[in-house]
Amino acid sequence: MIDRTTFWIVVAVLGLATYLIRFSFLGILGNHPLPLWLVRALRYTAVAVLPALVAPAVLWPPATGGSPDPVRLATVAVTLLAGIFSRNMIAAIAAGGVTFYLLPQLIG
Amino acid sequence: MSSSRKAFFRGAAHALPFFVVIVPFAMLFGVLSSEAGLGPWETQIFSIAVFAGASQLAALQLMQDQAPLLVILATGIAVNLRMMMYSVALTPHLGGAPLGIRATIAYFLVDQSFALSLAEFDKRAGLTLPEKVAYFFGTIAPITAIWNVATAVGVQMGRAVPESWGLDFAMPITFIGMTAAMLRTVPHGVAMVVSVGVTLVLWAMPYGTGLLVGAAAGMAAGAIAESWKDNG
Repeated sequence: MIDRTTFWIVVAVLGLATYLIRFSFLGILGNHPLPLWLVRALRYTAVAVLPALVAPAVLWPPATGGSPDPVRLATVAVTLLAGIFSRNMIAAIAAGGVTFYLLPQLIG
Repeated sequence: MSSSRKAFFRGAAHALPFFVVIVPFAMLFGVLSSEAGLGPWETQIFSIAVFAGASQLAALQLMQDQAPLLVILATGIAVNLRMMMYSVALTPHLGGAPLGIRATIAYFLVDQSFALSLAEFDKRAGLTLPEKVAYFFGTIAPITAIWNVATAVGVQMGRAVPESWGLDFAMPITFIGMTAAMLRTVPHGVAMVVSVGVTLVLWAMPYGTGLLVGAAAGMAAGAIAESWKDNG
């Protein structure tokens, strides 16, 4: 169960912080160039945060009581490969979804 | 039809095909948030206040896991930091607009409106400021409508989806699919591998803090790999 106080603080603070990130240069900082190291780090935020967020649940899924699950591992491998080769997020997710639901039927 | 009006409708027409991406993503958020016990209005307000799906899903999972508040906020904000680059990149084009317009544009600065606008402004170098502003607002009209309606539909679906569908794995698949499609260069791959590796090694650390260290290490590794590539 999600604690409601936590929830509303997250809605308010995450909403405001996200807005300020979007507003930053457009609204206040104008045409000041960003330092190169910062531009570089920002480029990798999404690929660093998103997979790390779900990696533990992939290796030690709560649904299986924390023991590694071949179906989930295979699903992740298929999703990764499909995404890398197609460069298409929807194709990758669809390939992963199909693997996750069909593989258990195939290996019974 | 005035040139600004034309630019608005061109933006809207260019944005419409993105419903293929936005609909499933918004619906997934609606479904998972309803499974997590949030009510329809709570979900909708969350979506309107933040308007950034990946960070909302991330925050949703961490709230369910009872992670500390600061970890939830830091992770959600980290997911959205890329938008600072969007703000930087659009400033040469839209920075001349009045403050009120810029403040409104900032709210609607999402992945799709950014990518479409920057591509259009680069392609049509002769666009005036009012045309550029109109094009941007043209792109966000369908995006915003589709995003909010699909979220609401997802919430209603979430009430009907049985536990046995294994939706616990929908978010890992979504995040890994998004990441895989973004792995365009070697430094992107380095950032992912380092971040995941460090996070897993530090998993025993008090909940969620390993993720923050891992993500920071991944970002730094990506930046360093890029500078080696440029200099070597």
